[in-house]
Amino acid sequence: MAKPKTNTEDYLRMYRQMVRIRTFEDNANQLYLSAKMPGLTHMYSGEEAVAVGICEALTDDDRITSTHRGHGHCVAKGAEFKAMFCELLGKAEGYCRGKGGSMHIADQSHGNLGANAIVGGSMGIATGSALRAKLQGKDDVTVCFFGDGATAQGLWYEVMNMAALWNLPVIYACENNGYSEYTKTEEIAAGSIMARAEAFGIESHQVDGQDVLAVNELTQKLVARARKGEGPFFMELMTYRYHGHHVGDINREYYRSKDEEKDWKENRDPIIRFRAFLVSEGIASEEEIEAMNAEIEKDAAEAVAYAEKAPYPPAEEVDMHVYAD
Amino acid sequence: MREITLSQAVNEALAEEMRRDPTVFILGEDVAEAGTPFKVLSGLVEEFGTTRVIDTPISEPGFVGMAVGAAMTGARPVVDLMFGDFIYLVMDQLCNQAAKQHYMSGGKLTVPMVLRTNLGATRRSAAQHSQSLQALVAHIPGLKVALPSSAYEAKGLMKTAIRDNNPVVIFEDKLMYQDKAPVPEEEYLIPFGVANVKREGRDITLIATSSMVQVAEKAAVILAQEGIEAEVIDPRTIVPLDEKTLLDSVRKTSRAIVIDEGHQSYGVTAEIASRLNEKAFYHLDAPVLRMGAMDVPVPFSPALEDLTVPTPEAVAENARKLCSGELIHAA
Repeated sequence: MAKPKTNTEDYLRMYRQMVRIRTFEDNANQLYLSAKMPGLTHMYSGEEAVAVGICEALTDDDRITSTHRGHGHCVAKGAEFKAMFCELLGKAEGYCRGKGGSMHIADQSHGNLGANAIVGGSMGIATGSALRAKLQGKDDVTVCFFGDGATAQGLWYEVMNMAALWNLPVIYACENNGYSEYTKTEEIAAGSIMARAEAFGIESHQVDGQDVLAVNELTQKLVARARKGEGPFFMELMTYRYHGHHVGDINREYYRSKDEEKDWKENRDPIIRFRAFLVSEGIASEEEIEAMNAEIEKDAAEAVAYAEKAPYPPAEEVDMHVYAD
Repeated sequence: MREITLSQAVNEALAEEMRRDPTVFILGEDVAEAGTPFKVLSGLVEEFGTTRVIDTPISEPGFVGMAVGAAMTGARPVVDLMFGDFIYLVMDQLCNQAAKQHYMSGGKLTVPMVLRTNLGATRRSAAQHSQSLQALVAHIPGLKVALPSSAYEAKGLMKTAIRDNNPVVIFEDKLMYQDKAPVPEEEYLIPFGVANVKREGRDITLIATSSMVQVAEKAAVILAQEGIEAEVIDPRTIVPLDEKTLLDSVRKTSRAIVIDEGHQSYGVTAEIASRLNEKAFYHLDAPVLRMGAMDVPVPFSPALEDLTVPTPEAVAENARKLCSGELIHAA
């Protein structure tokens, strides 16, 4: 683990947020498997240290753009379980009144500009948010989350070029989980992904995405510099997704071995690693951690039960919100 | 009243709104010192500087996407898309991102941006610089679409577009940039969804957009010499569409031709004609005709290109046939 640089409250909050993401996803997966959730969803489990390490370095004024695999970003940026589960189930009390669903959750009150179901589709939005900050003399920073698969989209190269030309306060955070949907990343990415950002003169870093403190420490430094006009930056976060591309992608041995999955889950899990660190450093006892986990599980179960009973949006909302007043 | 060109009218609208609202800025290729290839933006960078009139690389999806993000977070960007044909390059950012943010977020996010671009053939620019693609974006819920037909409309619609809280696409007729029209010195706005009856008549309604308004007006002059009184209506915005004014006119005249420079098939003319058929069927004495651009890529050769767009003579000929009953039983 990276050397601690902040206080115990920060550590406990980071642990808590990671467990909240994992717990949210376990419940979302159950909702899918029990056919209670319309459509499908993409699990963030395994990548928790990325979202939490980054978002813990941001304020509510800082913006993020998220992806189809976006529940983790949403939780990490401050969202509540109830409104999130309501959104997943298409209920009126969801963050988007049930109109967005899993792939479009947005939580503007915490600066989450929304998940995006077009791979790489939010790269322009994130960079434009940073352009707005610069034009208006604001010091907020925008983090653009995307996966390794999205590095194959041309849009990224267009906006990185402009971000670098104009020193925009944007951080491109590539969550490299090794798979571009159902294909190994090495089969879709020539050369090095970092080198692509570096080609634009963008300072780039690769970091262990399973180490929440390492991610957080690097992000804090980059955010502080981006606020001073030293951006943009690029981070490649080496991580792993425990589930398939989406919840229905269950038989996946044709592209990924069970041994590989087992190795990541048992030996590189971000939550297990951080929990061991908290205990060994005397920051929390096993009992305190178990109590925290149990409380989060209870919260999630209550939120799921609430969302299951919550009403659907009334029919008259179907053509509402097409245009703003 | 003073007369100014359509180009000057757009320029004035942008300057006035940029003075009024510091969050308005312009983004696009060669918009600053070059003032665009059509020189529509000349002088703006001198007043507002390069932080509000921003030259971009040739990266249409990139800068349109950035405009969406800037609009979602508190700015009012006006994006300059040099040719309407480049809309194909920005479809994801415009139609998947800008158009849907408000709805997908349950009304929480808004995208107050303007995409100004152009339409129109007969400039000898061939198939990739001559298209009129308004139907493509009018098809997408969440976008508004304005089609100014003169300097007066260009200014009033642009000012309204900038103040609108939705993504608005404005198509200017690139052949009309140097055309003059009376434009008041004092400030005015033209509301969206309000058609303009350019000429009153009792025999037939000619509904025309943008470049085709002049064509319809010329056709009306030809027809008047033959005793046919054509009413000419410019919808000014096709989303939202002022159905009432169009229907009121058709109920009066019982005949209509819809003229738009986009391709005829699956186009703006088809949509408007269909609405008239659905809502004014019992008032019609003849089928509503569509007149769009031919369903061919725009050819380069002047000898061919001029054949592809509706002309006053062709409109007059169709109007004559409708008024004489010749087309009632058209095969």
